[in-house]
Amino acid sequence: MAEMLLQVRNLTTRFRTEAGWVTAVDDVSFDLAAGETLAIVGESGSGKSVTALSMLRLIPRPPGEITGGSVVFEGRDLCQATDAEMQAIRGNRIAMIFQEPMTSLNPSLTLGVQVGEPLVLHRGANWAAAFAKAGELLGRVRIPDAQARVRAYPHQMSGGQRQRAMIAMALACQPRLIIADEPTTALDVTVQAQILALLKELTRETGAALILITHDLGVVARYADRVAVMYGGRMVETASARDLYKHPLHPYTRGLLASIPRLDAPTGQKLRPIEGQPPDLARMPAGCAFQPRCQVAQPDCTATRPAMTEARPQHWKACFVDAA
Amino acid sequence: MAASSPGWLRRLFRDKKLGAIGLVIVLVFLFCGVFADWLAPFGMNQISPVNRLKPPSAQFWFGTDHLGRDMFSRVLYGARLSVIIGLSAASIATFISVTLGIVSGYFGGKVDMLVQRVVDAWMSFPELIILIAVVSVIGPGMPQIIGVLGLTFGIGGSRIIRGAVISVRENMYIHATQSMGAGTLRVLLRHILPNIMPPVLVLFSTRVGGVILVESGLSFLGLGVPPPAPTWGGMLSGAGRTYMYMAPWLALAPGLCLTAVVYGINVFGDALRDLLDPRMRGSR
Repeated sequence: MAEMLLQVRNLTTRFRTEAGWVTAVDDVSFDLAAGETLAIVGESGSGKSVTALSMLRLIPRPPGEITGGSVVFEGRDLCQATDAEMQAIRGNRIAMIFQEPMTSLNPSLTLGVQVGEPLVLHRGANWAAAFAKAGELLGRVRIPDAQARVRAYPHQMSGGQRQRAMIAMALACQPRLIIADEPTTALDVTVQAQILALLKELTRETGAALILITHDLGVVARYADRVAVMYGGRMVETASARDLYKHPLHPYTRGLLASIPRLDAPTGQKLRPIEGQPPDLARMPAGCAFQPRCQVAQPDCTATRPAMTEARPQHWKACFVDAA
Repeated sequence: MAASSPGWLRRLFRDKKLGAIGLVIVLVFLFCGVFADWLAPFGMNQISPVNRLKPPSAQFWFGTDHLGRDMFSRVLYGARLSVIIGLSAASIATFISVTLGIVSGYFGGKVDMLVQRVVDAWMSFPELIILIAVVSVIGPGMPQIIGVLGLTFGIGGSRIIRGAVISVRENMYIHATQSMGAGTLRVLLRHILPNIMPPVLVLFSTRVGGVILVESGLSFLGLGVPPPAPTWGGMLSGAGRTYMYMAPWLALAPGLCLTAVVYGINVFGDALRDLLDPRMRGSR
């Protein structure tokens, strides 16, 4: 592929904690084409959210620090950009949707102010125009009676509606990239599907690329073009969604897929969990991060850290063991 | 938000009877202070040698002092001085508290450390000592009283605002605003300030009462606004103390007014805090 919208190379983010320096994102690299949907999958603490926040340089400093790598977006390295340049990009070229719709909206400001604010910040719109546009945006995310809802406060809305409002806010400046950090985790299952479908539809309409951060493999299957699996702050496998489901190569991915309960499985069959605990980021095992829990680990796995290699066309894995 | 809608006023009169009484006292006090010129039957320093030390009557509602000045008029003008000093010093104090509290609470780290140690140092001085020092250097007078009271109360109150800012700062919507490209100043003024308005309003209302009380204490000691300005504290210490047995109304009039006003402000402030605190909603 020729021109990538986003190229993340060797991104590394560390946090200072009482247990010492913790590497939350460890040498992560991936590409994203314009209009593409990439799902970043992993369990809690695998570094998904920190990867997203690092790309926008929203890691709180002092405790956090981006120690290496580059995030090239539209030909410019965001890690080298000044704070003012980053402010001009956030909400304008890249927008982010957060996990908790109940707390992501300011309780003392109306929806119109919050949805319209990116336009005032980035487009120099006056507030009257921003309010009008906010009403239009709320309509596009299918909030009923949108023009009147501009004057509503977040507490007057349900969780699903608030997440719709967050999406409207993210869409305000027609960003080229939307990062959605577990956008549906806090919502009811039925609402989840609606929100994801809406997000997918709106990104398709506007041609924006989408990074969908999730721990739900079911979400990935339906909405993502490509998948990146993270474990212990590292990327362990990337492939197209279809390829990943058909031919999972990394033992961790296989474990994840095997642990999903299936409706067509024989009654009484036990769930198959991945044994053991996710690694403590302050005390990472030597070599491969997954090696202590891995059933096919070899002596090599504890000695050196596997690099990402292209095992099949457009399918990378970080594992020494040849999967059958 | 709650503070700007009439809902809180209705709840005040329904759920907080004492607070409503406080509000009425505060409003009467403000009214008297603002319209003292029209309400007072005599000038504040108008002397009437034939009517010295007269007890309260139809003509002189609160009696007269040893120079024949009408106590009712003087108490009204005293209310004006208290309003001016109370509101302006409390405004300065609240401004200082909010500025220091937001800077210290939002930026945290080394900035917070530095600001809070300065606040510690300042608060370790008794405010009366600072006031006496300032007055002895530049002499008594209203502007310096307002300035020093504003500064002292302001620095102390910054702790409350800092705490509120720290709890607001950690909210997801602040991160969300930053992710939309808002700069620091916008985050502070537009997104954090409205969310700390309840403690700010309560701080302001209680500061008004506190300032009035301290100012009266200073005037009583002769360190406040110098006579013949009719301050309540000055009236208590001057004629009030000298003629306490011959003419008790000289002490009772300003004393009772001071007590009522400070009481009113405090119960109103308490009720306001309860009404604006979401955790207290529905409780009495």
